[in-house]
Amino acid sequence: MEQQVVMDKMATNGDGNPLPLFKERRTNDRLQAIAAGKWFPPEVDARIDKEEIVLDIEKFCLWYGKDQALFDISMKIPYGKVTALIGPSGCGKSTLLRSVNRLNDLVDSVSIGGNMRLFGDSIYDKGVDVIELRKRMGMVAQKPNPFPMTIYENVIYPLRIDGINDRKVLNEVCEKSLRGAALWDEVKDRLQQSALGLSGGQQQRLCVARAIASEPEMLLMDEPCSALDPIATAKIEDLIDQLRGTYTILIVTHNMQQAARVSDYTAFMYLGQLVEYGPTLSLFKKPKLKETEDYITGRFG
Amino acid sequence: MSQTSSQTDIKNPGTPGGSRTTVSSGGGTGRIWRKTLGRGSTISAHGQPMVWLAGGMLAICVVMIIGLVILVTVRGMATFWPGPMVSFVLADGKVVSGEITRTGSYLPRPELIAALPEEFRSKAKSLLAENDGISQRELVRTGNFELDGDHFSWVSDFTVTERRYPQWGMVVERLTWGRFYGEPREFWIDGELVADTPETTWSAFNEYHAEVRQRWQQRRHLERKALGKINHAQERARLQVRAAEMAAQQARMQYGSSSTEYLQAREELTRQQAIYAEADQGFRAEHALVRDRINALNRENDRYQLRFVTFDGFEKNMGLAEVVRAYPANQLSLLNRIGIYLDRWVEFLRDDPREANSEGGVFPAIFGTVVMTLIMCICVVPFGVLAALYLREYAKAGPLISTIRIAINNLAGVPSIVYGVFGLGFFCYLVGGTIDQIFFSAKLPSPTFGTGGILWASLTLALLTLPVVIVATEEALAAVPSSMREGSYASGASKWQTMQRIVLPRAMPGIMTGMILAMARGAGEVAPLMLVGAVKLAPELPIDGFAPFVHLERSFMHLGFHIYDLGFQSQNSEAAIPMVFTTTLLLILIITLLNLGAIYMRNRLRRKFVVSAI
Repeated sequence: MEQQVVMDKMATNGDGNPLPLFKERRTNDRLQAIAAGKWFPPEVDARIDKEEIVLDIEKFCLWYGKDQALFDISMKIPYGKVTALIGPSGCGKSTLLRSVNRLNDLVDSVSIGGNMRLFGDSIYDKGVDVIELRKRMGMVAQKPNPFPMTIYENVIYPLRIDGINDRKVLNEVCEKSLRGAALWDEVKDRLQQSALGLSGGQQQRLCVARAIASEPEMLLMDEPCSALDPIATAKIEDLIDQLRGTYTILIVTHNMQQAARVSDYTAFMYLGQLVEYGPTLSLFKKPKLKETEDYITGRFG
Repeated sequence: MSQTSSQTDIKNPGTPGGSRTTVSSGGGTGRIWRKTLGRGSTISAHGQPMVWLAGGMLAICVVMIIGLVILVTVRGMATFWPGPMVSFVLADGKVVSGEITRTGSYLPRPELIAALPEEFRSKAKSLLAENDGISQRELVRTGNFELDGDHFSWVSDFTVTERRYPQWGMVVERLTWGRFYGEPREFWIDGELVADTPETTWSAFNEYHAEVRQRWQQRRHLERKALGKINHAQERARLQVRAAEMAAQQARMQYGSSSTEYLQAREELTRQQAIYAEADQGFRAEHALVRDRINALNRENDRYQLRFVTFDGFEKNMGLAEVVRAYPANQLSLLNRIGIYLDRWVEFLRDDPREANSEGGVFPAIFGTVVMTLIMCICVVPFGVLAALYLREYAKAGPLISTIRIAINNLAGVPSIVYGVFGLGFFCYLVGGTIDQIFFSAKLPSPTFGTGGILWASLTLALLTLPVVIVATEEALAAVPSSMREGSYASGASKWQTMQRIVLPRAMPGIMTGMILAMARGAGEVAPLMLVGAVKLAPELPIDGFAPFVHLERSFMHLGFHIYDLGFQSQNSEAAIPMVFTTTLLLILIITLLNLGAIYMRNRLRRKFVVSAI
């Protein structure tokens, strides 16, 4: 009903002069409206509310200076599941992900509205210890970013900065994390060599090992395979599969097939708005909105 | 037509109307005429002239630098080579003998020829006429300053009647009066004649010279170390008395002359005076003992005497201990020459200077230069790196930070002598003066830190090179990929932890580059040093065997200042010129060595931190 109202408004606002991009293809009124600055409530599947919730994003907005990048995003990330964020470039997936562990704080011009809660604890309240908060989450970046030190030191970096120097504990964590990241067998004989000598795929798995070393409550992955070749990508995807259940994973991906393969839930974002969010199977097979279908079938974007 | 005009507009966007008419009238067919080269693209598209210009600039740079290095190397290396000794008999009967240092040509004035004796005049005239009136002349190092008052003299070719290479022409390097040239005649021991021909005198010289030199060195060691130690202890004792005296004065000023504090201080003073009086006896006795040993060595050395005859007929007696090195210049084999050459290099690198720095070695200057440069690095690198770290990572960007950055860059353009003046005023007089007042008041009015010294010189140079380090560090910090920082933040590291564990190690090679540049700049700087502690001749090294071993308040010698002093302040400037080149060569070598060390460290760091597989 509400959708109908907006579309009626569109017809008067648009002056019969639609963007040429959509002229030859199917008209996509809702996406056009979003592009024109309208806000639509997202289409969220009811099944998500039945899950145990780790992260609750409440009406989250974000501005880079005066440009708004995220518009009233509300979504719940279920416990122990893999949730994928998809959408065309510049739709705010990475920004949303980086907002979860407040990495956007490092950008001077960013201002935010709304809030997020991790197991009920507010992330954006005043007085939140950002460093402690970040320790509760692991992050894997787009490009492998191993530190210029040995493999061993890379993995236990989160413990080192906590001041843990007990050799026994460190060795244990190192082995456990590397096994968890399916890298142990490849590097166990050269733990004391520089991490920069590893291949790209190995470096990325090392970053996963580093991210899970401090046993975080959530894993954030920002297009973890975009810099990797297909074999390394397959290994990372296997790894995500193994981590499912142990960790709650929020993953940003450009690759629809990847989202379909690895995730339990998928959220489709467009120009800073959450458009549709639901179980991956139903979102890919039978999306509620035709815009989502257009995107995942490759008709635009 | 519409196509033509639109193309013209693209080509000349500034002048649409004018160019359109030119094109249609010039081209005729409506096609655009372009300047083409070869296969159709413009010269500016190829960029050939600019490539040639750039290459030419580089070539000029390289030629100039290599030319300078070759000049310094060739002349610097040639300084110590022992040449032959020549003896000229001139038309007026004078004999000029010595080593030829350089040659040149000039136009002699007619009076010079008129002054020649009758029988030579026509011969000289014909010689000059053959060479279009130009005469060749040679600069001869004649030495024997105490006999004829000259170190060098020019010899023109038309005045020479005979040119000889005397078999027993000896070159003698002495402790005083510069070089001596002559023929050895007699060798005396204890007033007895043991040799009276050049051959026997030379063999006697070789027999005794080594042991006499050894004794002389022993004597110098005693004078330096043993006497120095006694003087040092004596000075310390004296300072204690002085401190007690001052305490008593202060007590009287503060509490009055009848107060218990004053009486106590007086008592302490009397006690110190008694201690000093007792110690002084000991010092005197020790002093006398060392003096006796020195005198004994001197007496032993004085037994050996040499007599030379110069080629213009003077006789000269000389103690054997006076002679540093002597050789018959015209009898040397190539091997002998190489031996003397190397021996002189060793002396140059290891010994103290003598003869107003124009002879002997430059060891104190080498030591001073290296120590000063190292202290400078130790000061400037942490200081500059921390400043750059705050500027780049912590300070909020804004007009204030931009201003500070511009100011830092401009600091690099301030004349270095201004830094010298600042160092003198701030470090020496203000900081040093305050330190003297607080800690070394007993020594006043003679200053300890309140005058030029190696610490103040190093700090002044640290200030001078600070912009280099800050700029290089800022660039190195900016070059650390943000993905690495984010990885660290995402692992829960604080900003400082990220700086300390990720950013600084990764930026280290770049910081080292800054240090290398700073070192090269600082080690070669002279002007500010003249004001803040570099001296012509420093009696003591800044590091020695007396507690507290490191004496950063001492003035020091510096190779750069040494070069200036040799070249422009020397009494015997002709003799000093070759040393200027040698010292320059040495300074360049030392800076190169320091830099190579830093580059080696940088490469190790780079391998460790920067190399990546992808």
